[in-house]
Amino acid sequence: MAGLALKDVRKQYGKVEVIKGIDLDVADGEFVVFVGPSGCGKSTLLRMIAGLEEISSGTLSIGGRVVNDLSPKERGIAMVFQSYALYPHKTVYDNMAFGLQLAKAPTSEIDAKVKRAAGILHMEHLLDRKPSQLSGGQRQRVAIGRAIVRNPEVFLFDEPLSNLDAALRVTMRAELSKLHRDLGATMIYVTHDQVEAMTLADKIVVLEAGVVQQAGTPLQLYHNPQNRFVAGFIGSPKMNFIPVEIAEAGSGGVTVASADLARTLIPVAPDAAVAGAKAVLGIRPEHVTGGDRPVTFKGRVELVERLGHQTVVEVATAGGATVTALLDGTTLVRPGETLTLGFDPADAHLFGESGRAMERFHLPEIARMTRRTAA
Amino acid sequence: MSFRKSDNASAWSMLAPAFLLIGLFIVVPFALSVIFAFTDQRLVPNPNITTKFVGVRNFERLFDGDTFSNAFLRTATFVILVVPLQCAMGLGAAMLINTTLPVRNVFRGIYFLPTVISMVVVSVVWASLFQMEGFFNAALRAASFGLLEPVDWLANPWTAMPSLVLMSAWQGFPFQMVVYLAGLQGISKDLYEAARIDGATRWQEFRHITIPALRNTHILVVMTTTILAFKLFTQVQLLTQGGPRGVTDTLVRYIYMTGFREGKVGLAAAAAVLFFLLVFAISLVQRRLLKEERAIQ
Ligand SMILES: Nc1ncnc2c1ncn2[C@@H]1O[C@H](COP(=O)(O)OP(=O)(O)O)[C@@H](O)[C@H]1O
Ligand SMILES: [Mg+2]
Repeated sequence: MAGLALKDVRKQYGKVEVIKGIDLDVADGEFVVFVGPSGCGKSTLLRMIAGLEEISSGTLSIGGRVVNDLSPKERGIAMVFQSYALYPHKTVYDNMAFGLQLAKAPTSEIDAKVKRAAGILHMEHLLDRKPSQLSGGQRQRVAIGRAIVRNPEVFLFDEPLSNLDAALRVTMRAELSKLHRDLGATMIYVTHDQVEAMTLADKIVVLEAGVVQQAGTPLQLYHNPQNRFVAGFIGSPKMNFIPVEIAEAGSGGVTVASADLARTLIPVAPDAAVAGAKAVLGIRPEHVTGGDRPVTFKGRVELVERLGHQTVVEVATAGGATVTALLDGTTLVRPGETLTLGFDPADAHLFGESGRAMERFHLPEIARMTRRTAA
Repeated sequence: MSFRKSDNASAWSMLAPAFLLIGLFIVVPFALSVIFAFTDQRLVPNPNITTKFVGVRNFERLFDGDTFSNAFLRTATFVILVVPLQCAMGLGAAMLINTTLPVRNVFRGIYFLPTVISMVVVSVVWASLFQMEGFFNAALRAASFGLLEPVDWLANPWTAMPSLVLMSAWQGFPFQMVVYLAGLQGISKDLYEAARIDGATRWQEFRHITIPALRNTHILVVMTTTILAFKLFTQVQLLTQGGPRGVTDTLVRYIYMTGFREGKVGLAAAAAVLFFLLVFAISLVQRRLLKEERAIQ
């Protein structure tokens, strides 16, 4: 088993830099998820770790050993592809055994390892089939089985669940989580699905345009995003952003005001905030509720989506902001009505002009824990 | 679904031109050659002797002399030599083109040139390469530091056939290349990456991924190439006229000589019927092989 260390890792395609200097430590046995919008470089970074893509500069070490110049096979990794990449003319057994067969391992050893992996994934009855005779979920299992047989120090997954239907995705997600607990191996998992990221990760790494925006536990990212990008990316529906002006900044917090909001004290460290500067207030839809909260504002209802247990309401304020609120499923509202909404300033985030978040004073205890201590 | 009568009538009237052309140029000539094969039809009929039905005598006569058997054996030799060579060249060139090299489109054009040049022109060019003072003898002299005597490639019974094989493969391989290229482009890149992670060498990737993935392409290419090779005629007629000592005689040339030079249309038709059966048998084998694959999938 082994951890990983990336030091100023970069990737250029010709003149275009797609990975722009990544520093990252992955602890032994950690489940790390790379998330980010499409095209931000998640797959490229994963493939650089796998050795399928050359590292333009910087160093990558696995288990304390610099592996920049090693072939994929020598890095002690295994990879599960989005397309599964099963060898179509080989049986499930041979798909899993291929690496060991190439390494000329004794037949008895190959057999034991393949049978063990098949047992872990409950697919002993599929060993004689060809990939074309399997369902999507079964192919996925074979791909994971092939990785297990390699007995790698690091598992790499590139959007492994994105070709499965919603129900199967939930099942496989749980199984992957269990697999990680059982094997105790380091896993790096790429996805653009933040639910997968939140549920699977010990540590989430949010990437944007080849740069790490923030790395931390899922709840750190949720409660304490360090910038607007992470704040908007983690959480669904997206966090609301309301442009405000700073009225006063002191050690007790920052007082802001806008066309829609009366002067409100947000409990955050003022950093370099000065009165008169522009800022952006962030508040999650789940923290925007009825008009009985400390801070209220009015808006015209534009959209109502009823999910049964909850109602998503989108309102347009007089000041020109659009705010989404997650209200109770039985709330009686209709488009066109004027609605008074409110929130608690303790739940709010404040971002300076550069997009950097100001440190929040009140963080829930759970946001300070690692996944293992919280679980 | 049911059609009204008038629909049927208009459908038939629209199909009629196609049926007429197919009938006139494919069905009738085919039927005629089968009929002629059992008669003593001559190219220039003698008004005093009517054409008679002769049963299987034409077929017996084909196997009486050794000209036909010789032509068959020589053609088969050509096929056995040229098919592997041409297919391998096609696959090799396709794999070169299928890389991500930026110049691959230029290569694609260059490789395809030989096929668009008429075999007649190719034969003339290669005839000069095969001359006593031509390129191949110059190359032979240079490679052996002048020790080896020049060879009269097309007149020497040992080298005439290999020379034809080489030239034919060169002229024909772009066809195989295009088909293989289509096959190669259907193989997912992920498979090669998975194999690299499994520790496969380039050769093992080729053997365990490329070759099996091209199974149906192989069948198609080998069968079509075989049929095309059996039709060998133009280059032989232009370069060796079947010589030296009949080592480059071919089935089609036999049919041509018997029918047009000797005027024995009946005999030529019998040879053509056998030739047809041979090609038909190859097609059946191909169908069988492709069907089995579909059943597996
Ligand atoms: N082989 C390549 N050549 C040039 N650009 C590439 C190549 N592969 C990926 N890119 C670019 O790198 C960026 C990151 O791609 P990728 O890692 O696949 O993104 P993600 O997996 O996050 O969606 C994209 O802008 C993509 O266009
Ligand atoms: Mg990707």
